[in-house]
Amino acid sequence: MRKLPFTFLLLIFGGVGVANPAELRVPPMVTAGNTFSIATSGRGEADFYLVGPGHVARQKIRLGEEIRIAGTDVRISGRYLAILRSAEGNTSAAFFVSAETPASLSFLAHPSRVPVGESQGIGAVAFPLDKFRNLVLQPVDVRFELQAKDAPPVSLVVQTKSGVAWTPMDSSRKAGVALLTAAVNGFRSTRVIQQVAATPCGLRVKAQRTARGLLVETDPVRDCLGNPVPDGTIVSFTIIGRKGKSTVDAPIKRGVASTQIPDPGAASISVASSVVIGNEIRVGEGQ
Amino acid sequence: MSRLPLVVLIATVALLAMGLVRPTQLGTTVGLASGSALPGMLHASTTPEDAVRSLFDDVRRRDFNRAYSQVANSSDVALAAFTRDLTGTHGSLKTYSGLESFETQLMHATDDDALVRVRLHWATAVGAIYEMRDLKVVREGQTWKVVWPAPSEPKVPPQVVPVTYLRWDVINRGPEDDWGTQNVDAPRVRIISMSAADNRNGVVVLGEIVNEDTVPAFVDVNATLLDAQGNPLAQESSFDKISHTLLPAGVSPYRIDFPGMKLDRVKSVRMDAKALLVPASADPVIAILNQRLDTAPQGKQVLRGELVNQSGQVVNISQVLATYYDNNGKVIWVSSGYVDQALLPQMPQPFQLEIPEDIAARVQTYRVVVNHYNSGQS
Repeated sequence: MRKLPFTFLLLIFGGVGVANPAELRVPPMVTAGNTFSIATSGRGEADFYLVGPGHVARQKIRLGEEIRIAGTDVRISGRYLAILRSAEGNTSAAFFVSAETPASLSFLAHPSRVPVGESQGIGAVAFPLDKFRNLVLQPVDVRFELQAKDAPPVSLVVQTKSGVAWTPMDSSRKAGVALLTAAVNGFRSTRVIQQVAATPCGLRVKAQRTARGLLVETDPVRDCLGNPVPDGTIVSFTIIGRKGKSTVDAPIKRGVASTQIPDPGAASISVASSVVIGNEIRVGEGQ
Repeated sequence: MSRLPLVVLIATVALLAMGLVRPTQLGTTVGLASGSALPGMLHASTTPEDAVRSLFDDVRRRDFNRAYSQVANSSDVALAAFTRDLTGTHGSLKTYSGLESFETQLMHATDDDALVRVRLHWATAVGAIYEMRDLKVVREGQTWKVVWPAPSEPKVPPQVVPVTYLRWDVINRGPEDDWGTQNVDAPRVRIISMSAADNRNGVVVLGEIVNEDTVPAFVDVNATLLDAQGNPLAQESSFDKISHTLLPAGVSPYRIDFPGMKLDRVKSVRMDAKALLVPASADPVIAILNQRLDTAPQGKQVLRGELVNQSGQVVNISQVLATYYDNNGKVIWVSSGYVDQALLPQMPQPFQLEIPEDIAARVQTYRVVVNHYNSGQS
């Protein structure tokens, strides 16, 4: 009677040893899209499940043989779970699938329009992606290059951290289209940045009498760096004469803003654009 | 059963006979247009006011033939010109309006002539428009007739107006593009002034907004009134008290009305300016000439001026927006009004905006901008 507990324990442990499920030996890291094998132990048949981000696969396998995982089953990077279900019990093992080498970029450039001469006015952010559109988390070098018209290109190399490379850049002093490029592993992605003139500087108005009245016109409207202010920018003329105040909001066309109004006689004429105020002139009666 | 057709026949004949003998209960004869004038059947106006009322009653019914028959100077004013004067031309706001009501007031009268002031209330596509006309009325025998002022129909001399056409078109990112693909940014706009004030109708939020970008913007300004706990009391938008399309460097006033609200309940105001990149044209340019503060015949303070369309195309509907500033340069009021006539090229078109009495005394300076709407154009 005293041997009974010992025998019982022996049976239990012995039983566990007999019912021990098959083992899975997964590789610690797998590259996306690559075919690989998972070794198993045990005997008999089993169901194998592979559960990954956005993909689940199932196959019948023979225990003790290697399970061949096709590259198409591991195209998405992330954590995968390999599960074995057999008569001896269930077992599972996790492994990671990492992205392949960069094959493309998601590239964000902001803003699409930036005033000239703005320090750190442009933001460039690049996400290197492999051929399966997985984010490449391993550090890689991304080359950013800003190419403006009539200016030497500005470039710098930034290493990705957690799959992202970003840098601020200065806009150039010359207005016009600039091409901002991000390149990795020979793959390039380009964005267009419109570098636009800043607010008008030294806004000046002049007036002359014509057969149709008074022609009021600005000098060519430029910003403080000498860039022409874009056509379409509103310039406000204010003419104060005997009959009251006359105003015209005229767009810049071909670099100047102008308007023709009936002759107001003696008048003072001022000019402004948005919150920028220009000069003021006076015209005399019939002058 | 066999007597039924006979009964029906007798009843039909009886009803027909009654219809011929007894007059109809309807005011008009079916089949004739309502209110059509029949020769010799016109209502004879026995007083000057009666004559004006009768004429505008017909205008309200859009019976312009009958209204015209009450015009004394028909030799000076053709029926077509009279009708155009009342119905508008060139797709103007008046072409989308109808006379809702009117009031008359006898200003002066003798045995043979009189002056009658009529206040007209037009219902239009953009709300009510009020118009005032002083009409001379003359006696012709036993009746009074209205002397209709000969409408001055501006004629544009044939000419070529050279226009350097400037327009922005927008190509946006397509739905099939990658999320990282660059899109064009929304325009950068900024509220440059804002103040809240009490007025007799409630609370108003006033200010100005500027387009600081190099592309046109469609702007809208919303305001939320918050109480002391930060809870929203009311939310409104600027609706049509703003120039929605702002070209680069363009400045627009805005006014947001909160009817029935009291300023002492309001702790703060949350502003929200929305801007969308839209296709737009830089034309037409509309000059606002001879702006001046004036006193209207009723004693009200008004801002008058003339709009001149400097392009070569007709502007169908125009809206005038005026910003009034006090001596500190603060915006104290924003008023707006629609011009009911179309703006023909190069032709001055007068406008007048009423200024509230309590504001008029504080106005130091003002600024006027014009919105325009053309049918079939963006």
